[in-house]
Amino acid sequence: MVDQSQARLMKQIKFLKAQDVVFWFVGLFVLAGAFLILFALIYDMAQTGIPRINQEFFFNFPSRFAGKAGIYAAWVGSLCVVLVTALLAIPLGVATGVYLEEYAPKGWFSRLIELNILNLAGVPSIIYGIMALSLFVYQFGLKQSILTAGMTLGLLILPIIIVTTREAIRTIPNHIREASYALGATKWQTVSSHIIPYSFGGIMTGVVIALSRAIGETAPLLTVGAVAFIAFLPTAPVMATAPYVSAQWLMDPYTVMPIQMFNWISRPQEEFHVNAAAAGIVLLSMTLVLNALAIFIRYRFRKKYKW
Amino acid sequence: MKYKLRRQLTEKLIEFILFLAAASSVVITFFIIYTLVTEAFPFFKEVGFKDFIFETEWTPLFENAKYGIAALVSGTVLTTTIALFVALPFGIITSVFLSEYANDKVREVFKPMLELLAAVPTVVYGYFAMQLVTPFLQKIFPDLSGFNALSAGLVMGIMIVPYVSSLSEDAMRAVPQQLREGSLALGASKFQTSFRVVIPSAFSGIASAFILAISRALGETMVVAIAAGLEPKFGFNPLGPTETLTAYIVQVSQGDLPQGSIGYRTIYVCGIVLLLFTLTFNVIGQTIRHRMEKKVK
Repeated sequence: MVDQSQARLMKQIKFLKAQDVVFWFVGLFVLAGAFLILFALIYDMAQTGIPRINQEFFFNFPSRFAGKAGIYAAWVGSLCVVLVTALLAIPLGVATGVYLEEYAPKGWFSRLIELNILNLAGVPSIIYGIMALSLFVYQFGLKQSILTAGMTLGLLILPIIIVTTREAIRTIPNHIREASYALGATKWQTVSSHIIPYSFGGIMTGVVIALSRAIGETAPLLTVGAVAFIAFLPTAPVMATAPYVSAQWLMDPYTVMPIQMFNWISRPQEEFHVNAAAAGIVLLSMTLVLNALAIFIRYRFRKKYKW
Repeated sequence: MKYKLRRQLTEKLIEFILFLAAASSVVITFFIIYTLVTEAFPFFKEVGFKDFIFETEWTPLFENAKYGIAALVSGTVLTTTIALFVALPFGIITSVFLSEYANDKVREVFKPMLELLAAVPTVVYGYFAMQLVTPFLQKIFPDLSGFNALSAGLVMGIMIVPYVSSLSEDAMRAVPQQLREGSLALGASKFQTSFRVVIPSAFSGIASAFILAISRALGETMVVAIAAGLEPKFGFNPLGPTETLTAYIVQVSQGDLPQGSIGYRTIYVCGIVLLLFTLTFNVIGQTIRHRMEKKVK
């Protein structure tokens, strides 16, 4: 009797131990499997696309002939748009984050802003696109310009920058602030010479991730009228004659990398799908490099400050 | 004295500027709601509410225009459901694995990789769905059409796994260590502890992760616009082409629609419907999460 129940118990323990080991492998298998599938997909895209990538591909404008088409207008456009996005979203986002963490009195208004940002972060990107179509393109009369695109993406990534700024500031322990106040510093002195420098790594990580998201974003730009067939570059910002600088490029039509890729995928001809794969590889490299940079910044700063 | 006054003034000025920045986020929300409502409102003067809800065809740009939103909503629900069938089990397994089973070294390797998975642009995922996943699935289901809800939904599911798993992992890590130790001390195995102690205690956090993921999937655009075909059809056939609210907006706004035309209005109508869906799920998810955070404290 005793032997029997002991044997049963042993069996059960054996089963539970085996179950643990099995689940460990299941977890590892699922994760590794997911990455393996992803790598297989990227590998396949690379195999199709990489033979297409050469100097001409980078410096040719789009063309009716798949073999002559390139991404010159697209990558220059992406850089211009992201520049506008960064100029809008970084100051606004960091300022909002600093205000909410350091200045805002606890009350209904702060709670409202907080809730509002949480919900903005959940608004689908396409909604920002149609909002910008009505507001920027038509009501403000900015047309289908780089400025419109940059502002649209700026609003889109604003919640990401705000949230990461706040998280970065929150990790700074209170005694740093108190020490600064004790030495007679004002609030802004404390913020500008302690809070922002110490949270700089965290903020930059968020900014880089947000910008990489902006580079890959397609849907809202389709609605505000990015054109895939652009055979010229935006006006140069510097000129040889007076007044030497020009902001005309802000109002120029544009295309960006993901739009160019989308346009090539949407065509029925197989040759254009090869171009799409090549553009995809370039786009993917751009975003992955930015993300790797973000991980690197975070790692560096985590090492630098240990509270 | 003068110096002190000037300093106080700068302090106030800076605080005011920062306040304006923070308040601008409320202005954005206002503009979103304002533009959607004002641009969509005239639509309902021309189209009856009854037709809008009960009609099952959506052909606003045809001569014999029909405005049954159900066709687009069914496509949206279909692709989202398929995505959840992937994201739910895979999200749970990866988060349990990362929070309960993996040691620090394994986690250090996989966490950044998951983040990279989330960083792949959606248009690239769209390429995968159309060029690679669909041909593969056609070997399994011979009558799968070239554009279909199934491959778009599957790829979308893979896309939101990192999102689900990182949110649910946060929830599981917030479970107090004593609960795990108590369970282990009573002789439970790791598996039993994970699934009968940790997951139930982190349930609200995991639930909110899924609800937020639903909202993500509902609003996802490029994968469905590329791989699911652009045919609004009322029905839930995963093997056939379909169209979602988001894909319709992209499809229509690519052409040059005159401002104020009925076609232009329809994208704002779809926008409102989409926003109502995502907002509902977001608010529910956010509320559950907020309650959980309070309870943990």
